[in-house]
Amino acid sequence: MASLTSAYPTSKLRAKPGLLERLDLPRRVVFVAAASMIIVVAMLMIFIVWQGTQLFVKDGYSLGAIFDAKWDPLADTPEFGILPFILGTIVVTAGALLISTPLSVGVALFLSEVAPKWAKSIVQPALEIFVGIPSVVWGWLGITVLVPFLADTFNGPIVISLPIVGTVFSMPGFLTGFSWLAGSLVLSIMVLPTITSVSYDAFRAVPQELRTGSLALGTTRWQMIRHILIPSALSGVLTAVVLGMTRAAGEALAVQMVIGNSPTLPEAITQPMTTLTSQITLDMGNTVFGEPWQDALWTMSLVLLVISITSVVLVRVINKRRMGS
Amino acid sequence: MTANAGSIGRSSGAKPSLNGKASRGSILADRAATVVLWGTGALVLLILGSIILHFAMAAWGVVSLSFILDNPSQTTLGGIMPVLWNSIYMLALTMLIAVPVGLLGGIYMAEYAGDNVVTGAIRFAEESISSVPSIVVGLFGLILFVDDFHWGFTALAGALALTFFNLPLMTRLSEQALRAVPQDERSASLALGATKWQTIRHVVVPLAIPGLITGVILTAGRVFGEAAVLLFTAGIGTPPHYNFANLDITNPASPWSPFRPATTLSVYIYKLNSEGLGAFKNQIVDGSAAILISMVLIFNLGARFVGRVLTRRLTAA
Amino acid sequence: MPATAIYPEPVLRRVEVTAPRANEDAEARPAEIKIATEHVSIQYGEKVAVRDVSLAVEARSIMALIGPSGSGKSTFLRCFNRMNDLIPGASVQGQVCLDDENVMDPDVSVVELRRRVGMVFQRPNPFPMSIFENVAYGPRRRGMNDRRKLDELVETSLKRAALWDEVKDDLRRKSGLALSGGQQQRLCIARVLATDPEVILMDEPASALDPVSTLRIEELMRELREAYTIVIVTHNMQQAARVSDVTAFFTMAEDRAGYLVEVGPTGRIFTRPNERLTEDYISGRFG
Repeated sequence: MASLTSAYPTSKLRAKPGLLERLDLPRRVVFVAAASMIIVVAMLMIFIVWQGTQLFVKDGYSLGAIFDAKWDPLADTPEFGILPFILGTIVVTAGALLISTPLSVGVALFLSEVAPKWAKSIVQPALEIFVGIPSVVWGWLGITVLVPFLADTFNGPIVISLPIVGTVFSMPGFLTGFSWLAGSLVLSIMVLPTITSVSYDAFRAVPQELRTGSLALGTTRWQMIRHILIPSALSGVLTAVVLGMTRAAGEALAVQMVIGNSPTLPEAITQPMTTLTSQITLDMGNTVFGEPWQDALWTMSLVLLVISITSVVLVRVINKRRMGS
Repeated sequence: MTANAGSIGRSSGAKPSLNGKASRGSILADRAATVVLWGTGALVLLILGSIILHFAMAAWGVVSLSFILDNPSQTTLGGIMPVLWNSIYMLALTMLIAVPVGLLGGIYMAEYAGDNVVTGAIRFAEESISSVPSIVVGLFGLILFVDDFHWGFTALAGALALTFFNLPLMTRLSEQALRAVPQDERSASLALGATKWQTIRHVVVPLAIPGLITGVILTAGRVFGEAAVLLFTAGIGTPPHYNFANLDITNPASPWSPFRPATTLSVYIYKLNSEGLGAFKNQIVDGSAAILISMVLIFNLGARFVGRVLTRRLTAA
Repeated sequence: MPATAIYPEPVLRRVEVTAPRANEDAEARPAEIKIATEHVSIQYGEKVAVRDVSLAVEARSIMALIGPSGSGKSTFLRCFNRMNDLIPGASVQGQVCLDDENVMDPDVSVVELRRRVGMVFQRPNPFPMSIFENVAYGPRRRGMNDRRKLDELVETSLKRAALWDEVKDDLRRKSGLALSGGQQQRLCIARVLATDPEVILMDEPASALDPVSTLRIEELMRELREAYTIVIVTHNMQQAARVSDVTAFFTMAEDRAGYLVEVGPTGRIFTRPNERLTEDYISGRFG
């Protein structure tokens, strides 16, 4: 019987690797694919920083000029105070988080601790579908359903008064419905799936033994959630909130459709206002490349970029502390 | 060892009954919490259900075969065919670029990447692009492709910008799918004398196919609905009537060419909302939104379904 | 042929009154039954995990449950504090009485039950908090907030768990997770003691520990026996022989259901067991 080994060409164990082997083409190719993201980010940052600083470098505006409240690009001496937009982004995001976080964490707790299998199999796909709904659809829903509802229902001034003390709280009602509240409500639904899913992962990561340890000591499930589960998962929940905040701050079209686009700071949640993203979206098409007005919009984009990179760093800080403890 | 013989004595008193009165408050709180948590789950379903219902009703009289296939009209309801075509076209063009790059990148991250500075930089880049607002990515595309490269608004610019935007997602999902393949499979292949790349190509990737396809479908779902990125790269113009017979892809008049503006369905909704007049504006948008949501549902449920079927076939075979 | 025909019918034995103990009195005392189980069977869905176990545990004694893996010892142990409730699909038939009250009764507050019947697990599971907070956890959840009372309670519990001297300077600064394995387990014991239980269940409490820590835990058990009723599951026969007053031997039937083979004073079980199966297990012929 012929020897099997003669079927294969003999090769020495010590043979030097050929050119193709040393080149390791597969490794280089896949590396380039992965490293392309570094190039994309670097280019993005370079371009936006370059364009965003043109307002100061080329057009001669000072840094202080933009932290002003007056936005008047069409005046004889145009003013580009972007403070209302920055503050606008902050307050609309804060409102969205205030509304969304308790609900999202609640859903995450429901899925991880309370829901039986059948309920999970309905709610989880529902959340995935939520994620997929495009932002323009949320904006359209806002403008056709939410905004008219707010305008019709709460058009009078909203007053809370107590018998003896008198008027405790009052604010003007919705004029058109386009408002801070509309913006925050739309955003809160948009960030709900994000905060929920990241929180859910955080809860699932808590080892089961901590739960059984608490229950075996005679605590109720809610006590276990409150005193063991949430503290253990806190960094994950914080990460979830930061990611939700980033998403809310960066959302453009849906916000622009319901926010009212009035370049002033709102006095109450019923007033129209504007944000960095909505203003950029509104004005970009009306401006010419190279003119100061557009340069100011690029500066606003730079602010947005800074916010998002900050949140990436923030998330890392939150999670590094957890690893260290 | 401390001697405790004398000191051990339990707290005296009558044996407490098991119907604990002491813990009534906490039991009440526990029940209330359970109700509230169920409520949040129900609320999510309620919101989603009413949204789907709303659009189903709003689009009832609007969506029809002619709505999908006709061109937009000034005088009648018309159709959305050009923008629907553009959405599909943009999806295909973007995935053509994003899937290979994302898959290859995922292979690197799952199989080759070591614990070093470069890998750290890649991860940081991944997280950064994910956090950058879509509008900023769109603006980047505006400066780079539309202005500096002097392309003007083109489908190609949009596809590249969309690729940039979705690359982290595609890469991460691919990486996850590949990591899910058990190490034993790789060991078996290497022990037979295969090279690393051969192992990846013939063993790891095939085993990861269900997860990879799920990743592709999920990314596709996100690409299909995207508007902010395309607003500044592929344009927001009124879509012309396309002549599909024109197969010359270098000719900007051909709907098959990437060198032309391409207003998609999502961008069209935004356009109609900002500028649209006309008696049929609301209906057109409602119909378009319904179609968008249907596509999302199809992509999402499709991804789950395909993933499950493929996994079953893979593990049973 | 039903499984029970292969093995002889399990013989019900009540705990003998004059169980030999370390510091026994000359005259016999009437047995005070702390836990009595009658015809307890436990199923996970369709599968029977434990079949028809009836035995009684005397107050302030240590009972060891021994037997090969899969014989249902831990599952049976979990009946006493109704931890099986946490496993979806688990159902328990029969009576489990703590001081004449059936704990399976729907009226029973499971939360209160678990305070009175504490449990220590195989792998130490301290909470990610300070040593003090770990021990104070149970009392705090019950509403005890008085700082001085808590201090006292924590100190007493740690002393009884033989951990006080090693941690008394670091109570609030050191995390429970920063202790060694043996210390962590004693911390978990102290945590249970702080809820003032009557019964302490231990599910293989020393199997994850080194031999020295194991002996310390066994010493601790003997001390605790003076005031608490202890039931321990162990796969270590020598440990059962060293530590317990009464031993119950479980095994697995052909249909994989666990059942009680025999129960009796430890000395007798290990020297003159009544059942052939017991003798085989103890002499190492199987298991």
